[in-house]
Amino acid sequence: MAGVDIRNLRKQFGDLCAVDGVNLSIREGEFLVLLGPSGCGKTTLLRMIAGLERPTGGEIHIAGERVDGDVPPRARGIAMVFQSYALYPHRTVFQNIAFPLEASRLPRTQIAEKVQRAADMFGISRYLDRYPRQLSGGERQRVALCRALVRDPKVFLLDEPLANLDAKLRNTARDELKRFQRQIRTTTVLVTHDQVEAMGLGDRIAIMDRGKVRQVGTPEEVYEDPVDTFVATFVGQPPMNLLDLGDPALPPRTLLGFRPEHFLPRSVFQPDEDVRAFRFSVRRVEYLGSDRYVYGSISDGAATDTTVIAKLPATIALAIPEGEQQEFAVPRRALRYFDAATGSSRKI
Amino acid sequence: MTRAALRRLTRRAALYAAALGFIGFAGFPFYWMLVTAFKQNRDLYVGASDLSHVPWIFNDPPTLEHVKLLFGQTDFPHWVLNTLFVVAAVVIITVAVAVPAGYSLARLAGRWGERLGMGIFFTYLIPPTLLFVPFARLVSLLGLQNSLASLVLIYPTMTIPFCTWLVMGFLRSVPWEIEEQAMIDGYSRLAVIVKVAPRLIVPGILTVIVFTFTLVMQEFVYALTFISSVDKMTVSLGVPIALVRGDVYHWGALMAAALFTSIPLAIVYNVFIDRFIQGFTMGAVKG
Repeated sequence: MAGVDIRNLRKQFGDLCAVDGVNLSIREGEFLVLLGPSGCGKTTLLRMIAGLERPTGGEIHIAGERVDGDVPPRARGIAMVFQSYALYPHRTVFQNIAFPLEASRLPRTQIAEKVQRAADMFGISRYLDRYPRQLSGGERQRVALCRALVRDPKVFLLDEPLANLDAKLRNTARDELKRFQRQIRTTTVLVTHDQVEAMGLGDRIAIMDRGKVRQVGTPEEVYEDPVDTFVATFVGQPPMNLLDLGDPALPPRTLLGFRPEHFLPRSVFQPDEDVRAFRFSVRRVEYLGSDRYVYGSISDGAATDTTVIAKLPATIALAIPEGEQQEFAVPRRALRYFDAATGSSRKI
Repeated sequence: MTRAALRRLTRRAALYAAALGFIGFAGFPFYWMLVTAFKQNRDLYVGASDLSHVPWIFNDPPTLEHVKLLFGQTDFPHWVLNTLFVVAAVVIITVAVAVPAGYSLARLAGRWGERLGMGIFFTYLIPPTLLFVPFARLVSLLGLQNSLASLVLIYPTMTIPFCTWLVMGFLRSVPWEIEEQAMIDGYSRLAVIVKVAPRLIVPGILTVIVFTFTLVMQEFVYALTFISSVDKMTVSLGVPIALVRGDVYHWGALMAAALFTSIPLAIVYNVFIDRFIQGFTMGAVKG
């Protein structure tokens, strides 16, 4: 059992509670993504798992063994890739990858063999004699991953490993990372603030905000059934629309939530489809190629000024004139409800 | 010629003029030392009474008499050896103490590191003119008066505080992550300090060496206080003591001594200037 168990973990920096009572169970072989805005405590949590930061309270178990306290990073069976990749600048690629193996005092021939095999896997055999400064960002990232993998760790910890790559390379790197993790099936924890990365990579996503885990679930679960308004607006681009319409059919102080891609012209739906219709005053239309974003506000019921966004795929070719009222609708199955006071989701 | 080309030309000319100005500023002292060291005495002193005398050039043929005086009638070679010995010993002590101290203050001591670092730096600001009296007492208590060992003992009191602070500032600009990575890669903190950290601190260490070198070379007050016999003096002490006799200044020999000591220093500085500035400004910005 090479999972990671985190129980009521806390970390205090002076007055600031960076991690505030986190419970999280990472299963063996799972790819878990810690997602959250900057300063939410996700990196601190990762660093505590690695043993670089000492928890103020709580427990960490790696592969069933309790490691919080005095177990140093080297004894935890983990490997970590930093955002900066932290390659040793005065060592060649070969020496970088061999460095963790030298620590375990393997014989030289065996080290060379293992480095070669790992380098082949990442397609960096050609660069073994180069120094890190002679490599591109993508190559450096592969060297860092390769160095992490070569020790056969029980758990991989990745701190925003794709953030330093340019946008074009990031897609390929993401695909490679996912394929590679599927192949070796090592438990992996990745930290990111990029929700696309999180959705694309994670078997499950843990969404953090202000030191607490708000929701843990598959990408589908966190997208379809966010537990509160924070998750609802943090995941998804553009964010979920949240409205307080004062609808008499709903309990008081209930927020109505729906995703922009479900908010479409009424004529798109079948006449007999179960939808909630709105009068939508269109303010502006943004043409983005594959989509159109329509900005406006709802003008029936208790009219609100809240900006509502509709995301129309290019397949809907209807003309949407700016400054006019339109009949829009949301399928009822796509509606979500939240408590306006606490933000948590409500089943209705 | 177009106006743009003309403007480019004037700009280029201004740049060269400024560069020449700086070269003159930096080079003139060396030229003056050189000329004075090889001039005949008559040529050196006649200007005091003869206003038409040109002081910038050799009016009489150059002479080696001052160099002979310096090397033949003083202990100059001895002083150079003494200075080199003291410098080497102080550099070794300073690096051995200041580098680990700066490292641990920057990496391990957390929030107290900074305050402690400032405290250490402030001790450097106490001038030798205040400290030489108690230090003289200390040196005589230890029985080290009139020996080079006294200088080796006392000089680190000025070099270590400053260099500790320098290393601290420098290390703050070196990311922690590489050392953390090594700890994850299977090394203990001690192994990281031995195997990984030194390579990252090299520019900092060079700065420490150059700074210590300079400070020790120019020190006068402590050397004057602790050393009394001529054969144990350092260059900075021996030269003014032996070549300024009452109100008689042996300018030629003084300048020859200055020339022979400053040229190697200038070469060392030029070799390390980039790294020196790097180490220095890093400390300055982040300190």
